[in-house]
Amino acid sequence: MRIGFLSDIHSNREALDACLAQAERQRVDRFVILGDLVGYGADPVYVVDKIMELQATRDAIVLLGNHDAAAISGKIENMNQYAREAILWTHDELEKQQIEFLKSLRSSYEEEDRLYVHSDATAPDQWRYITDAAGAERSLRATLKRLTFCGHVHRPQLYHMAPLKPAVAFKPQAGTPIPLVGNRKWLAVQGAVGQPRDENPAASWGVFDTDQNEFTYLRVSYDIETAAGKIHAAHLPQILAARLYIGR
Amino acid sequence: MPARQQLQTGSVLDGFTIGEKIHAGGMASLWRVTKPGIDMPIVMKVPTILDGEDATIIVGFEMEAMILPRLSGVHVPKTVAVKSIAQQPYVVMEYVQGTNLLKLLDEAPLEPEHVAQIGAKIAAALVDLHRQNVLHLDIKPSNIMLRDSGEAALIDFGLSRHMLLPDLLEEEFHVPMGTGPYISPEQVLHNRTDPRSDIFSLGVLLYHFATKVRPWGIPKFNRGLRARLWRDPVPPRKINPAIPPWLQEVILRCLEPQALNRYPTAAQLLFDLQHPDEVRLTERATRLEQSGFWTTMKRRFRSAALDTEQVQQISERPVTTAPIVLAAVDLSEGMEALAAALRREAARVLHFVPGARLACVNVLKLNRIGLNYSRDEQGRNIHVTRLVELKEWARPLGLGVGDVTFHVLESPDPGASLIEFAKSNNVDQILICARGNSNLRRYLGSTSTKVVAEAPCTVTVVRLPAAANEISEELEALEQAGTP
Repeated sequence: MRIGFLSDIHSNREALDACLAQAERQRVDRFVILGDLVGYGADPVYVVDKIMELQATRDAIVLLGNHDAAAISGKIENMNQYAREAILWTHDELEKQQIEFLKSLRSSYEEEDRLYVHSDATAPDQWRYITDAAGAERSLRATLKRLTFCGHVHRPQLYHMAPLKPAVAFKPQAGTPIPLVGNRKWLAVQGAVGQPRDENPAASWGVFDTDQNEFTYLRVSYDIETAAGKIHAAHLPQILAARLYIGR
Repeated sequence: MPARQQLQTGSVLDGFTIGEKIHAGGMASLWRVTKPGIDMPIVMKVPTILDGEDATIIVGFEMEAMILPRLSGVHVPKTVAVKSIAQQPYVVMEYVQGTNLLKLLDEAPLEPEHVAQIGAKIAAALVDLHRQNVLHLDIKPSNIMLRDSGEAALIDFGLSRHMLLPDLLEEEFHVPMGTGPYISPEQVLHNRTDPRSDIFSLGVLLYHFATKVRPWGIPKFNRGLRARLWRDPVPPRKINPAIPPWLQEVILRCLEPQALNRYPTAAQLLFDLQHPDEVRLTERATRLEQSGFWTTMKRRFRSAALDTEQVQQISERPVTTAPIVLAAVDLSEGMEALAAALRREAARVLHFVPGARLACVNVLKLNRIGLNYSRDEQGRNIHVTRLVELKEWARPLGLGVGDVTFHVLESPDPGASLIEFAKSNNVDQILICARGNSNLRRYLGSTSTKVVAEAPCTVTVVRLPAAANEISEELEALEQAGTP
């Protein structure tokens, strides 16, 4: 089975559609959505509806992210100014139907030898960031599962950890299948679909092939002009549009 | 973990019938196996995992299981099956038929030509391996098989590194990983990212085959490994005067402690081994003594300052591709403008690529049947004349001696000989002239058309802009030839 992992879509319709189109070409059987469906971008309703559809028709697993939680509750104390503005705007945009869907989401999910979570395994509701090997190690020690898939930091990165050894970081190259071999744990941080921050503006996602035991990071170009134009039209902070062009 | 099956001759595992055990070592055992439908001889490699579960053996096996199935070509064993460590771990691969290079070591010192020939075979294998983004990092005689068909095949990828995949051995960094006599200075300093490490180890191997002596002996402790960072080896010609200066140049250049001073690529090393006359000789070629006391102490002092941080910086610098560029120079009269255009193109390519090497090639066309040339009217050998003209052509480029080589090929089929040269020398790019934008030529087939179609690399075709009247002349010629 080939599982597609989409994380941090952030209301970016154009980026989501580009990833889903590539997912068809990549023969993805099933999807796991790793949270942060909304926030920042200008198409929250479309994105949530699309993910609801994936859940209903393709048995997608959908997880809650910190922006989704904020959009439901209106709790924005821990966010920066731009994120706050976007969340307040998003909260007004969403209808009851989408809010109810977001409320139904859980913050982590386990199946077979895999853990899915938006932020990290130590405390899925605390929204900790995994930005280095130490953070990855903390998370890997908090789960018995061999493989962890998460998002939240908007930069694709792979970590692995052998028994009794520290975790080690690896910067993956898009399009190269990486065998998640052997006697060690792996943590695959997904890049962001809707707001990449690794200086590469292309939408970022990944595929895990359970038969081959291989994970592949993927990148796909999308119509940034349209996505950014909608952010301007919605009078959201300009910087949220500008950063899409440079991937930062 | 499920219980592992005890292997024995006659038992069957995943469809493989276990045959004779042909090797039992500290790291792994090897069994001959058979499976219906597989015609080539195959072996099953099983890591030796004791109760203590030695991490290095497990990780080495994981690396091999990761890398082997991703490799192809004649220079590596074909992979048949891989089973992970979580189950009964094994790799089933082709049993490479031929001679293990270790057996040849008893016959050292070998004739210099023989050493160069072996070196060329291994360099060709490294070109193929590096092209596939893999560094071997444990080049030594016992890890090299000379196939009955002639090529060198590299075996045992337990210390190897795939540049696009995570390095599972990275966390084992408290000890340098490699084999004492052969390990490169970078590996001693824990850097596993430089293809030139394999060139260093190949240099040790060639030194050993040429002299029967190991350049740094067999270091017993990690401290002994560091000597290669500061102590230059005894020049091979001092041990074996039969070694020609060019081969000493090649060997000592491979053994430079700083990777920057070695051959930038295995392809360039292979090129020199195949063209001894074109090797640029430096002080290394004629050296007969090791460096003196003070020079050595200075180097030793500096090497002590090389810390891991500095190595990390080195590894993050992109490794130069240092391509070999072939310029197919047409020296015919009337083609001067085109030859000048070709030179401008060569200058442009070389300007942007540091470390590039230019091979200037001219083909002396032989008649298919009948007498071939010997001497022209003035009695001068045409071959030599062409070489002189080639050098004259390249002079305005102002290239250093080691950056340019000259070759006159003799063949009835210029296109085929250029393609053959490009293949056997791992040329990265061919620059070739097309004699005008001629439809007639394209229809009848020209040298450049053939090279573009069949070359194993990038081909740049250089043309002079055709004047309008020339094009109409071409069209007339085409009509007269009666083609539609």
